[in-house]
Amino acid sequence: MEFLLQPLTLLTFFPLVGILVLFFIPSERKDVLRWTALIVSLITFGLSIWVLTMFNASNPDLQLLAQYDWIQVAGWNIQYYLAVDGLSILLVLLTTFLTPISILSTWTAVEERVKDFMLFFLLLEIGMLGVFLAQDLFLFYIFWEFTLVPMYFLIGIWGGPRRIYAAIKFFLYTMAGSILMLLAILWLGIYGGTFSVPDLIAQGNIPANIQWWLFLAFTAAFAIKVPMWPLHSWLPDAHVEAPTAGSVILAGVMLKLGTYGFLRFNIPLFPEAAVRAAPWIALFATIGIIYGAAVSYAQADVKKLVAYSSVSHLGFVMLGLFALNSQGMQGAILQMINHGLSTGALFLLVGMIYEQTHTRELKVYGGLWKVTPIFGTIMLIVALSSMGLPGLNGFVGEFAILLGAFGSRAIGNAWFAAISALGVIMAAVYILYMFQKMFLGPQGEVVDEVKNHGHGLRDLNWREIAIMVPILILIFWIGLYPKPFFDLMAPAVDQLVASISSVAMR
Amino acid sequence: MTQADFSTILPLTLLTVWACVLLLVDLFIPNTHKGITALLAALGLALTLGFTLAQIGVQQTGLNGMIMLDGFSTFVSALLLVSGLLGVALAYGYVRRMGIERGEYYTLLLFSVTGMMLMAQAADLIVVFLALELLSFPLYVLAAFARPKIESEEAGLKYFLLGAFSTGFVVYGTALVFGATGSTNLAAIVAFASPGTSNLLLLSIGAALILVGFGFKVAAVPFHMWTPDVYQGAPSAVTAFMSSGAKIAGFAALLRVFATAFPSIAVDMTGILWALAALTMILGNVIAIAQTNIKRLLAYSSIAHAGYILMAFVPYGNPDVAPVSIAAGLFYLVAYALTNFGAWGVVIALEKGTGKGLELNDYAGLARKHPALAAAMTVFMLSLIGLPPTLGLVGKIYLFRAVIDGGFYGLAVIGVLTSLVSAYYYLRVVVIMYMRDGEPETEHESFLDLTTMATAIATVVISLVPQFLFAWASSAVLKLF
Repeated sequence: MEFLLQPLTLLTFFPLVGILVLFFIPSERKDVLRWTALIVSLITFGLSIWVLTMFNASNPDLQLLAQYDWIQVAGWNIQYYLAVDGLSILLVLLTTFLTPISILSTWTAVEERVKDFMLFFLLLEIGMLGVFLAQDLFLFYIFWEFTLVPMYFLIGIWGGPRRIYAAIKFFLYTMAGSILMLLAILWLGIYGGTFSVPDLIAQGNIPANIQWWLFLAFTAAFAIKVPMWPLHSWLPDAHVEAPTAGSVILAGVMLKLGTYGFLRFNIPLFPEAAVRAAPWIALFATIGIIYGAAVSYAQADVKKLVAYSSVSHLGFVMLGLFALNSQGMQGAILQMINHGLSTGALFLLVGMIYEQTHTRELKVYGGLWKVTPIFGTIMLIVALSSMGLPGLNGFVGEFAILLGAFGSRAIGNAWFAAISALGVIMAAVYILYMFQKMFLGPQGEVVDEVKNHGHGLRDLNWREIAIMVPILILIFWIGLYPKPFFDLMAPAVDQLVASISSVAMR
Repeated sequence: MTQADFSTILPLTLLTVWACVLLLVDLFIPNTHKGITALLAALGLALTLGFTLAQIGVQQTGLNGMIMLDGFSTFVSALLLVSGLLGVALAYGYVRRMGIERGEYYTLLLFSVTGMMLMAQAADLIVVFLALELLSFPLYVLAAFARPKIESEEAGLKYFLLGAFSTGFVVYGTALVFGATGSTNLAAIVAFASPGTSNLLLLSIGAALILVGFGFKVAAVPFHMWTPDVYQGAPSAVTAFMSSGAKIAGFAALLRVFATAFPSIAVDMTGILWALAALTMILGNVIAIAQTNIKRLLAYSSIAHAGYILMAFVPYGNPDVAPVSIAAGLFYLVAYALTNFGAWGVVIALEKGTGKGLELNDYAGLARKHPALAAAMTVFMLSLIGLPPTLGLVGKIYLFRAVIDGGFYGLAVIGVLTSLVSAYYYLRVVVIMYMRDGEPETEHESFLDLTTMATAIATVVISLVPQFLFAWASSAVLKLF
């Protein structure tokens, strides 16, 4: 039972404590339920900070190992193996950071079946943390598939009008990819005699042609999750129909499960295939960047606009990852965090206004700045961060990615970076377009309409400001002084890049 | 009859005698207290289970090599006895509510379990035939147990006619195998077949006919036509028992017969088994999408799962992979049986005496009204899809490992893609329970609730600590060879 006391076990499974407590709280006591879930998620965040203090950033290897035999019979060699390194520490923190924020955002938005909502939310957190920490492919797969279930319920029960369609589409799309990955995982397990990822990487003698097939199978799972163009069509439905907190977690964390998968599994396990695939991935990433931006601009629904912008932003992440050099990959990891913060914040803000107006049609908004100045200011900062204004977080990540992609030997063609850079400009177009439609110009009918009902559009209240402030702090912090964040990941990324070049770029 | 003979058939004898005595004792139990019969039947099953478990590790043949006791048979018998217990628990309140509470129900169930256990122990094709008849006849009667309900009578008759037809295939196949090798004893068949002295073509045809016969029993495509009608028409408690028990027994016999007696014709058989497995998975899952009745949905799901278990047979001719694949088959049978009983338990909880409550739409709003029941059903649906944290996932992973180990990548891909298809219709049940409003009425019976909750918890917990089951399943197989 020693494994229960390992820091990473405690971190991953602490939300389970909350779930057990929630079971004993009657469903009518909604505020008690909310506070319990919030406090549990805050303690989980505290645990992740505790893990961060124990984390040695200069060590590029896996740390804080919780490694125990799990299923060691009948020819199986499966371990309970959690560990953290520079590639995953920031994503773990992002998960524990966004969860309490999302829970806080549901305070007035979720009135129905609060208990179930909180149960699924905490289950989801366990699943996501497990994905980022698992170092055994079998364990990883269990967490990976498990994340689908609570998210499916979150969309399906508390979502918008087309929620059931969106939930099933989300589920089936994601599962379609991951079951192919399951076959590849089993093949690896039989071939290598172990499911432990570090051991499999160390063995590293998979024939090149088989590497290619395995790479494709893993890619099927992760590319759908990211989602890469042209596998993105589940995303707008799921994002738009999901409740605000669900969208925040979906965009903020769950999409990163895909990009993280590429980083943790595809690239180190199949380096030769990764190098071979890099130009193709870059091609699809570039198309995604441009396509996502163009389609965003065409949306009439704010939430859909933000959803499509994810396709574009995640294209940058993929481009950076498959630059397969230090700059690109570090930029990509940072951009995962940035996207989680700024897109998460955009969904939160859209959710806050939707709670009052019950519409997301761009054309009915306008002139909100005068009515709700705090809301407008925060929206402006987040929007600028999302489009990559220097001094805010988005710029740092995108700059590093473009720099990496430009000089990447694996991609081998600077045009991808050049075209992708256009995506930054296009981001400015659709983001500013949205901002202008909502906040500037003549007052839209939505303002009047609310007035007609007797109560005007109110500005953000203290709870809503409290939700946004931590995100804003991070947006400025990463934008102005990103060094501590890069320091956390740099040794691990450098080691990964070195190992790829020693194997695959001879 | 030596002592070894006796100990080989000890659990079988105990259960047979118990069933016969119960038949008499039941005459003296008043109609208002037929629950006592059920409890006595359960006691018999539990005692037999105790003896069976005590025989773990014993390996011997008895009655001149007709009957075998080994790890494989012990594993399957234990699983069958647990299925029997679950079958009794599900029936306990159900038969009373449906007005079909008669003592024979439990006696018939015991006889059927005996036949299934005999099937697992059979070391001779004649005994296989005997066991097949012994397990089938009580099931024919049980399927029609809700007479004079027309659906139930139809189910019984249909099951009987097609069952008798398929038994004919087994008999004819046995005759051909005998013609080819001069023996019906499994060990002797191997001895004759391997040096190439026998007529392999005749042997192959015989084996294929036996496969057809058992294909009916386990509901493999294209021999599945009876399944939805019989599963729908038979009383739900019977269907629950039949869909697990008959499948376990049928697969046990197939595994035993093919792995022991027919490895020499694996080249011919592999292709056929491959096609059967693929067809069964595809057809079962695709047709299930269109179902709106929960019993029919579970019937097609049971067909589909026969396909997954059939995958375990495909590499049986490869001596390196065969032990893994048979262990995987056994493990999956456990996962399927537990999940299946649980799911049928929920069906029974919602079924009304009038035969209402069986449409998918009757499940609307279940999550609000009976959260525990809905959560249990969700666990079963996830397990049938093969998602964590359930036994179904672990079982499927085991199966796919065997198939990949054997090098049948195409079949593995078909397997996972059909699992994806299955997610659609299993999730629909979840959608209706959680995302539609309604006022479902359920029956609360202590044994029923206990069964549903226990199987749900077992499905989750065993998936997290599957070591002992893995070890047991794989040791059960090593002794087969």
